[in-house]
Amino acid sequence: MAGRLEGKVALVTGGTTGIGAASVRRLAAEGAKVFFTGSKEEAARALCEETGARFAAHRVQDAAGWPGLIDQVLGAFGRLDIAFANAGTESGDASIEDVGIDGWNNVVAVNQTGVMLTVQHAIRAMKANPFGSGGSIIVNSSMNATRPLGNYVTYSVTKAAVCALAKSAAVHCGQKGYNIRVNAILPGVVETELIMGILAAQADPDAARAMYNAMSPMGRMAKLEEIAGLVAYLASDEAAFVSGAELAIDGATTAGMMGV
Amino acid sequence: MELSAQRLKGRVAFVSGGLRGIGLACVERFLAEGAEVVLSDLDAPDSALATETMARLGQAASYVSANVAKEEDWERAVALVKERHGKCHVLVNNAGVDLTGAVESLSMEGWRRIMSINVDGVFLGVKHFTPLMAESGKDVRGGSSIINVSSIMGLVGMNEVSAYNATKGAVRLFTKGIAIEFAQKQTPIRANSLHPGFVETPLLKAGFQRWVDQGFAEKPDDLVAGVVASTPIGRLAQPSELASAAFFLASEDSSYMTGAELVIDGGWTAQ
Ligand SMILES: NC(=O)c1ccc[n+]([C@@H]2O[C@H](COP(=O)([O-])OP(=O)(O)OC[C@H]3O[C@@H](n4cnc5c(N)ncnc54)[C@H](O)[C@@H]3O)[C@@H](O)[C@H]2O)c1
Repeated sequence: MAGRLEGKVALVTGGTTGIGAASVRRLAAEGAKVFFTGSKEEAARALCEETGARFAAHRVQDAAGWPGLIDQVLGAFGRLDIAFANAGTESGDASIEDVGIDGWNNVVAVNQTGVMLTVQHAIRAMKANPFGSGGSIIVNSSMNATRPLGNYVTYSVTKAAVCALAKSAAVHCGQKGYNIRVNAILPGVVETELIMGILAAQADPDAARAMYNAMSPMGRMAKLEEIAGLVAYLASDEAAFVSGAELAIDGATTAGMMGV
Repeated sequence: MELSAQRLKGRVAFVSGGLRGIGLACVERFLAEGAEVVLSDLDAPDSALATETMARLGQAASYVSANVAKEEDWERAVALVKERHGKCHVLVNNAGVDLTGAVESLSMEGWRRIMSINVDGVFLGVKHFTPLMAESGKDVRGGSSIINVSSIMGLVGMNEVSAYNATKGAVRLFTKGIAIEFAQKQTPIRANSLHPGFVETPLLKAGFQRWVDQGFAEKPDDLVAGVVASTPIGRLAQPSELASAAFFLASEDSSYMTGAELVIDGGWTAQ
């Protein structure tokens, strides 16, 4: 068997598209049983058929819905070993000067409160796993946690905040002896449907694409599968001593200046 | 989606300081993933440790006695890899030594020695393997991969560890510099640094014994207990847990990772 996640159960939030969907595919291919959430039901149905994963419509910021969601996961698969807090948005965001309170609150609700709820409920479920407490939680931050964007203040702030959240949770779980690891990944620009949409909508899509490619010294954006590869590593027992870490995956974008 | 069981088939790797500790664990893991591996260390090829280890590792592994601080030894090592395999996809600059003590007590020779092994050793390895790895990397998704072993001591300072801190900090930024350089030139080599926390290896044991001799503690176990207590995960790392990280960085799975730091410290620097 090639799978390195045989016997494990994973939950992916925001799993219907983009990095989330790629991770659902990869975790399933490694042998995990996968449950994912989101709101795009049609995309979800196709992904379930393709991978054998299960789906529940749920928004991460819906605190009241979390216990029921965890019940569904445990009802379906009996345990939880991997949680990927992936759901995120920049909808309503703007610069510090222009951002409205509704936009700010929406992005904080999804990117920050939603991640807090995911990590919190994952820990509660993982603590109670049959054969003993344990698990791996992965938080999807962004390189903008360390390189904030001027035109997206809330996004930048929340992505920095969830790095601290991951570390705090990692230290807490370690000190409690839960055998639960928590790490943050910081992707650079990834070729998601969202980015493709933004590019297609530009007056000159090719020029826009070239500009996005040039943001990384590698001269290209990350592919979805490349992020999923890192998620699979952190999810597996291969990373048993990795906790509280921030992993940049950005083609050297934040490693320094490109120079002349 | 099809995933293969052995994920470094057809790859050639070079690991410095490969006879002990983290280096040996990397060698064993790469072999298990189907790679061919050349390892270096200071021991003579006919030493008991080298002969026993190489007999156990089998045909896919070969040994070269080479000091990472000596440029002519690197030239010899690269020539051997070329002759034997004609290519190289993975370089783990792992060989390293430590040095502790109050800064005013450190000798110039001691400082030069640790700089020459931990810093010159990494520079020379990268310098001499770059042409071959750039060529070999063309055939591989994500290119070739350089993995430089820094430390959590390359991220934070520690009492009476200043010289070692300096060397590991240098490795961290040297790695970022070459990562940007390669990426920008479209040279198919990625470079990342590995930052182990406290790992149960001969290096750690020797270091703890030295602290005991200097009167910092009664016995090494007391120091281990202190480290374990200050590590959120509550134990030391095993060398295999560093090897799994090196394997990830060596594999296609990390094809977009370059210039990054992989910290494997059980949460030690997160607090
Ligand atoms: N053990 C830890 O807790 C720890 C923590 C952080 C970083 N590290 C780093 O990991 C690397 C490996 O450490 P380890 O714990 O496995 O140590 P180790 O002493 O067990 O193994 C290091 C190997 O490197 C070899 N070596 C030393 N000097 C050399 C030279 N000049 N040329 C060639 N080979 C040489 C040694 O003979 C030995 O086989 C080092 O760079 C070390 O600084 C170790």
